[in-house]
Amino acid sequence: MLPGLVYLIINNYLPMFGMIIAFKDINFAKGILGSDWVGLKNFEYLFKTSDAFIITRNTILYNVLFIVINTIGAIGLAILLNEIRQKFFQRFYQSVIILPHLISMVIVSYLVYAMLSSDTGLINKTILPMFGAEPIAWYSSKEFWPYILTVVNIWKGIGYLSVVYLASIISIDPEYYEAATLDGASKWQQIRAITIPLITPVITMMTLLAIGRIFYSDFGLFYQVPMDSGILSETTNVIDTYVYRALMNLGDIGMSSAAGVYQSIVGFVLVILSNYAVRKFNKENALF
Amino acid sequence: MSYDNKSVRWISHIALMGFSILCLVPFILLVMSSISSEDSIIQNGYSFIPEHLSGKAYEYLWAHWGELGRAYGVTVFITIFGTTASLAMTTMLAYPMSRQDIPLKNFWALLVFFTLLFNGGLVPSYLIYTQVFEIKNTIWALIVPGLLMNGFYVLLVRTFFLTSVPPALIEAAQIDGAGEIKAFYKIVLPLSMPILATIGLFEAILYWNDWFNGMTYVTDPKLFSIQNILNRIISDIQFLSSNSNLSAASGGEMSELPSTSVRMAIAVVGVLPILIAYPFFQKYFIKGITIGAVK
Repeated sequence: MLPGLVYLIINNYLPMFGMIIAFKDINFAKGILGSDWVGLKNFEYLFKTSDAFIITRNTILYNVLFIVINTIGAIGLAILLNEIRQKFFQRFYQSVIILPHLISMVIVSYLVYAMLSSDTGLINKTILPMFGAEPIAWYSSKEFWPYILTVVNIWKGIGYLSVVYLASIISIDPEYYEAATLDGASKWQQIRAITIPLITPVITMMTLLAIGRIFYSDFGLFYQVPMDSGILSETTNVIDTYVYRALMNLGDIGMSSAAGVYQSIVGFVLVILSNYAVRKFNKENALF
Repeated sequence: MSYDNKSVRWISHIALMGFSILCLVPFILLVMSSISSEDSIIQNGYSFIPEHLSGKAYEYLWAHWGELGRAYGVTVFITIFGTTASLAMTTMLAYPMSRQDIPLKNFWALLVFFTLLFNGGLVPSYLIYTQVFEIKNTIWALIVPGLLMNGFYVLLVRTFFLTSVPPALIEAAQIDGAGEIKAFYKIVLPLSMPILATIGLFEAILYWNDWFNGMTYVTDPKLFSIQNILNRIISDIQFLSSNSNLSAASGGEMSELPSTSVRMAIAVVGVLPILIAYPFFQKYFIKGITIGAVK
């Protein structure tokens, strides 16, 4: 038990106390504890920049978009998968659609590059010429990235989510469907009247979990896939990438720790609120 | 009626087949690009049906095997060592928490659970690891931060111990003269193999795919994992293309970059082990996803 606890304290609890960095003017000569307190100065600087608004907006909008599309898509896929009766095919489709989930974002960024590279990409060299369109410099046109990132996110994440929903669809008692078929209900009516209502608790839980994490984003998706490109930052910068760049590239500890604390605290409040919402809705589904 | 069912089934097949193809297509493009000749890529771009096939990219990789082999070694080492260590730590922490006779029972669970809800963020972690533990550019940087133990898995294992290991069995073993540790080894561990295998699999995939710790804490190429090599290549491309006047000035550097097909070949080499192993573990992987979903 001891090693695990020591690790938790070092890896999780020490950084929590380390959040005081955000309220200090860090001076390594004086050490972290010895540096001067500056109160909320770092936060003032952060919220004076236009970055604070952009990263908050991007983080939330992307997450809302991902939650809506992934949930609807995954439920659709799960329903289709449930219609497949041959075990072999059901397993085969499942395996293939969660394959992208196994791949690291670095590899994903290579796959995207093979598609979008301006000189050698599949889209510019093969697909656009087929329609007689001009090549597009994807990696320097920020207006396309909301679509690109959404597609990549769906490609990578939807299979996983659909397996989760499929598990809950499979656990529905088949007698419901038998009775409905006897009464002459069509497939579509069965889906609307039986499947969807019966998996609603799972949908609610997954969605609320996702809402609780709406202030966090998949760092790899926003950092690797646009290839850390500064030109695209207006549509690809999120809180996570902002914190990382401010720390690693600019060495701006005050600013990045302020953004980090902003994220931790608002994120925490959102988790608590969404859990509260689940409790109200259905006590059994609440996480705590 | 049966007509209705049949057509629904066909529609499902077609839709799923289509989506499966969409999932696979990028990988096929990657592999085809890696065996295209340099000229056909420059002329026609990456494509599914390259004009000329060429094994040059792989010959090049073979010639530079030293660097890649080393990265492979790093990746394999952190995957095996990291997975083992994190499994050991997870079970050792989860087991006492599952026992009814431990003092402050709920406090420990809360301590673990709270880490899932709240964290200090990147900056303090980074400063603590680099300033206090001086982990930068050591192999530990790839193993210890972030991945070694996940609170969620601790709670998952604890729940498994609570529900699937009857306390009567442990008591019986103790009456027969087995100590705490012996009872844990002989009774609890064998019973918990299914959950440990699932978590081990997820941990192993996380370690194999991890590039974040390498990118954050490692600058020494000797310690690069496969993912970090890939990451470095792609950021070099980005660096050169965003500073085009700079790359024109130092033309030599440009030619040192692995050419277009070699890049894809390295990515293939990086992803291949997972693709090969996948059919063997996909059953457990799918099961694991559902376990995780039911908390």
